[in-house]
Amino acid sequence: MLGRTRRSGLLSNRILVGQRAPESPEMRIALFVPCYIDQLKPAIGLAALDVLETFGFEVDFPEAQTCCGQAFLTAGETRAADRLFDRYLDVFDDFDQIVALSGSCAATIRRHLPSRRASSRAEGVAGRTLEFSEFLVENGVATRNLGRFPHRVGLHSNCHALRELRLGTASEIREPERMDPARRLLSSIRELQLVDLTRPDECCGFGGIFSIEEEAVSCRMGLDRLADHRLANAEVITSTDVSCLFQLAGLADKAGFEFRAMHLAELLAESLANVIRESSREFDPSSRDVGASQEGMDRTDGSR
Amino acid sequence: MGHVDRAREFVADADRTGWHDRALWFVRTKRDRAADLVPDWEALRERASEIKRFALGQLPELWCEFEENAIRAGAVVHWARDGHEHNEIIARLLQERRIERVVKSKSMLTEECGLNPHLEACGIEVVDTDLGERIVQLRNESPSHIVMPAIHLRRGEIGELFAEKMGSPPGLDDPTELTAIARRDLRDRFLRAQAGLTGINFAVAETGGFVVVTNEGNADLGTALPKLHIASVGLEKIIPRQADLAVFLRLLARSATGQAITAYTSHFRGPRPPSPDPQELHIVVVDNGRSHLLGRPAFREALACIRCGACLNTCPVYRRSGGHSYGATVPGPIGSVLETSRDPATHAELPHACSLCGSCSDVCPVRIPLHHQLLAFRGELARAGHQRRSRRAALGLIGWLFARPSGYRWLGRSGRFLARRLPTARLNALVSPWTRQRALPEIPEASFRELYARRRAAENDR
Repeated sequence: MLGRTRRSGLLSNRILVGQRAPESPEMRIALFVPCYIDQLKPAIGLAALDVLETFGFEVDFPEAQTCCGQAFLTAGETRAADRLFDRYLDVFDDFDQIVALSGSCAATIRRHLPSRRASSRAEGVAGRTLEFSEFLVENGVATRNLGRFPHRVGLHSNCHALRELRLGTASEIREPERMDPARRLLSSIRELQLVDLTRPDECCGFGGIFSIEEEAVSCRMGLDRLADHRLANAEVITSTDVSCLFQLAGLADKAGFEFRAMHLAELLAESLANVIRESSREFDPSSRDVGASQEGMDRTDGSR
Repeated sequence: MGHVDRAREFVADADRTGWHDRALWFVRTKRDRAADLVPDWEALRERASEIKRFALGQLPELWCEFEENAIRAGAVVHWARDGHEHNEIIARLLQERRIERVVKSKSMLTEECGLNPHLEACGIEVVDTDLGERIVQLRNESPSHIVMPAIHLRRGEIGELFAEKMGSPPGLDDPTELTAIARRDLRDRFLRAQAGLTGINFAVAETGGFVVVTNEGNADLGTALPKLHIASVGLEKIIPRQADLAVFLRLLARSATGQAITAYTSHFRGPRPPSPDPQELHIVVVDNGRSHLLGRPAFREALACIRCGACLNTCPVYRRSGGHSYGATVPGPIGSVLETSRDPATHAELPHACSLCGSCSDVCPVRIPLHHQLLAFRGELARAGHQRRSRRAALGLIGWLFARPSGYRWLGRSGRFLARRLPTARLNALVSPWTRQRALPEIPEASFRELYARRRAAENDR
């Protein structure tokens, strides 16, 4: 049963590997790590790998991937964006599922790539690209043991996951509610308290090059979001998009607000690690395994 | 000075920004509650969008039908290619009748055409009768919002203005009291007006009639007494059938202010009956760039706009930068589309005054894909040369490198190497304006792809 699971994942612990997803040996899964995670927050990529492997998904990281092109598209540099779209298609064409660690990058691929690169191949690759939480929920992870995370958590809604991918129902829309996979996963984590925000889906103000060119408005938008999370006494702000978190954490740092900004993958990895730690202790409090698994987590933290 | 600088100025007043944001968000939440009470709100939006798309597809036919029916009802229809022609038509109508004093109810079209200054230059006094419009007129300002023209002002500031212009006691800030003062001042002007000017919210092709909605009844009052009523209408305001009003009137007020319906919904069809007090009705239909927009499939849906202002109220940038920061008659998301289409050279910055959150498109009662249109404009304007060369060159170079894995790796590695070794102050200066109010994330030694390779190598060793 564990045949296709890579066992070296930091969380590939005997407690959790048992809850892996149904075997689908032909499914080839690629991890798409957006450029800013790759270069600036590699720990998020590792955490995502840990979570995916914990649930038994074998994922490849095609080395030739670079960037989805979003930053260029939104800056109006469509030629540069088109080149990156072509690269994306070449790199990921062979995969059955592409797990993107960012709602806005996934939205760029799903919503904008097919209209600029009209072909059945483009439609296919775009359609097979899923945002991380979306992938987990669509592949049976929502009902598994997602661990324990005893904190007050504010979920920062990513505009593009919400309004381009329609993961969840935007506050403007009057329709039967759609499931937000990130919220669904968080609600399955034990002891996690999801706080209520007064404006649950307002933009953080990042917006790519907007954050630089319209710095004043961008920062005010972010500070207002932070105020909302503070009002709700959130200890942790989580999101499926790291660009939003750069914005919020950057502002919080400079303003001296104490928040942990965590990508959903990091939160899940930590939540699962909490279970491993406790279970190991239960089995044998003096076991060396405890040390090993903690060291593993520290290593993840250290490379952040 | 463009949007960036004017927005920076607005945001610098943190209190005002917070108050402006909350005032408009309050309207947005009222809209949400009003929409909650309409079963099938989304179906209604879809229906409205369909009707508008149909109307835009048959625009010439519908206007011919309207003209025929309006003439049959006794109105005179004029056609204006642009704002200047519109102003000249109205000035001529007034001068021929030796009219010197007119009242005007709310009309963004006449703002767009610059009617007031044109008439004033002809020696004609124009009094805006919508309270918000009157306030900005007295302050020599343009409206900062298409539905709430004076939303950028606080009550105290209006009290000061009235004290100065109407001789009211200084220091007033009670809304009821201030409204009463304006009302007394306006009553006299209504009574003395020789012509009433209005806009048009919906022109109905099958009847040749039209609808004007107000909350103050000023369109009725302004047109009830004078012998001349001139209504200005943009090409996009036509709807095919009277029954379509049932769709649009349900959407308009709810989207605009969260009211189920405006206090007044005034239907006009032809001039009032000749006895005992005959009246002339003139309708001026204005193009002013609209047919150009109609010819552009990527943007034509913007002509479906019913000017409810919901996209302004929901826009996180508009709420924090104020209407005047856009430097355009119509601010906010819809304004950025319309104004950029009309005059790309002047407004090339506006499509970038947007974080692409998409709230505008979701709140829009006629489902205009506003944020996608703004995104499309960005590419178009850059290609047309309305973007700084240095910016284009820098992004072009980075894009070229990013399209090659080796180039991407080199840029990432050298960027991180540099960032980890530069003194913080130097680094911050280098990546300013990001660091003006934001800390940089801690720069890691290795990228994910390097760590991944190490991990896989360790696995294989095991």
